[in-house]
Amino acid sequence: MSEREVLELLRENARYSAADIARMTDLDDGEVEAAIEELEAAGVVRGYQAVVDWDKLEDERVRAEVELNVTLDRETGYDDIAERLARFPQVKALRLVSGDYDFDMEVEGDSIREVSQFISEKVAPVPEITQTVTHYVMTSYKENGIELGDGEDDDRLSVSP
Amino acid sequence: MTIELSDRVRAVPPSGIRRFFEIAEERDDVISLGVGEPDFSTPWAARDAAITSLEQGKTSYTANRGKRELRESIADYVADRFDLGYNPGEEIIVTAGASEAVDLAFRAFVDPGDTVAIAQPSYISYEPGVIFAGGEVLPVPTRKEDEFRLTVEGLEAAGAADADVLVVCYPNNPTGAIMREADLEPIAEFAREHDLTVFSDEIYAELTYEGEHTSIATLEGMRERTIVFNGFSKAHAMTGLRLGYALGPADAIGAMNKIHQYTMLSAPTTAQHAAIEALDSCENDVREMVDQYDRRRQFVLSRFREIGLDVFEAKGAFYCFPEVPDGFTAEEFAEGVLREQGVAVVPGDVFGDGGEGHLRISYATGLEDLREALARIEAFVADHG
Repeated sequence: MSEREVLELLRENARYSAADIARMTDLDDGEVEAAIEELEAAGVVRGYQAVVDWDKLEDERVRAEVELNVTLDRETGYDDIAERLARFPQVKALRLVSGDYDFDMEVEGDSIREVSQFISEKVAPVPEITQTVTHYVMTSYKENGIELGDGEDDDRLSVSP
Repeated sequence: MTIELSDRVRAVPPSGIRRFFEIAEERDDVISLGVGEPDFSTPWAARDAAITSLEQGKTSYTANRGKRELRESIADYVADRFDLGYNPGEEIIVTAGASEAVDLAFRAFVDPGDTVAIAQPSYISYEPGVIFAGGEVLPVPTRKEDEFRLTVEGLEAAGAADADVLVVCYPNNPTGAIMREADLEPIAEFAREHDLTVFSDEIYAELTYEGEHTSIATLEGMRERTIVFNGFSKAHAMTGLRLGYALGPADAIGAMNKIHQYTMLSAPTTAQHAAIEALDSCENDVREMVDQYDRRRQFVLSRFREIGLDVFEAKGAFYCFPEVPDGFTAEEFAEGVLREQGVAVVPGDVFGDGGEGHLRISYATGLEDLREALARIEAFVADHG
């Protein structure tokens, strides 16, 4: 067993109780609880969230993937720019990536206007940012490893040999 | 005028599973633990290979024994995984599911009046297969005290020394029992001593959770008297693609092919393309599915112990086999928990002698459903305790 196994199970479903995980592994409840506490304390597990299919809600939720290009100078590195951007609550994810642009940023808001305004008023003016390309999310098919939509019907016979 | 059915067909009673299926279909809140097939989809690479073969118009018959390329992949796979050496030219036949392979073997090797000993509890199709072939069934019960393994004592007590064929299935449906090499040695000796042909259904071989699967055909003097069945339904989650195979000496496989070429002609071509890919590149998918089953197995076993039902420590397949509480027959319990709690399970007695007093629980279903189903079983036990 390993912390890895506990982690895999938590990633599969963070609502598994310590008892559930203990039942699935060679550990007892106490050992699972200790392992989870340790993973949390070490900052490996950073939080627990629901995976939401926003299309199923009446309320509009607008999300965008934003490509950012930056120019660095002697005093400013990637980490400095990232720290500044990550503070905004509208930014849900921020990653430095290889390829045609530097940062990949996920932004959420209640309307297209709100998201656009955030990018034009808060992100674009950052001096080191030279270009932003915004892609609004139209439909999400999979989030955090979970397929969204209604394709989960089990058409197997209810009883079979 | 009425159509008169053959004696053989009339001799086979309706499946004991059918009744539970019909009750389960009456309501829409049933969680089924009665399903003997994976809840995973066929690995994508295999599905893709099937799609590509269709796009390329590969829809004609294949060689009767199956595509040569597939037989070569099967030969490499069984050699690598189970230490079984078979020549793809003459010693392997690809069939429409392992079930067809079993049927071919009964028809090829059982004469009217021949006796077929079947280790029970067992997969429900063996017995009708024997009857359709004109043979007689000799049940050989296995017991929980022996961890549902077949023993020489059990064979002797049942009178299997006089049988012509012995059918074994390990890892076992419905008990989840496995047999290790040391358990198989005396059975092999018994088979050699009494000149039994052995049919070894190893469809669940990949789903062995503790240690490695051993095929009885690898034991001394057994290769020439054993037909091994396997297929893609369970480990590769390809039930609906209907693809299995049999391994055996050239003359035996040739005899099975004689029936196959006049009835099935060849196994589904699209499925054969999927199967080649499944063997060549889907090993990781299989490992991931097996890991998931193992976790569910441990979960289910642990919950049954908490509920207070005696449960045998299943080490293979995707079933476990708990005992029903005192005061119930297996059928009463299964019907009660289905009607009152909406959980479908299969009573163990439909799998033959040795199954009475048990339930077959399939954990080929997601953990959320397993958790809910076991909570409902717990409530049923509490209500009737």
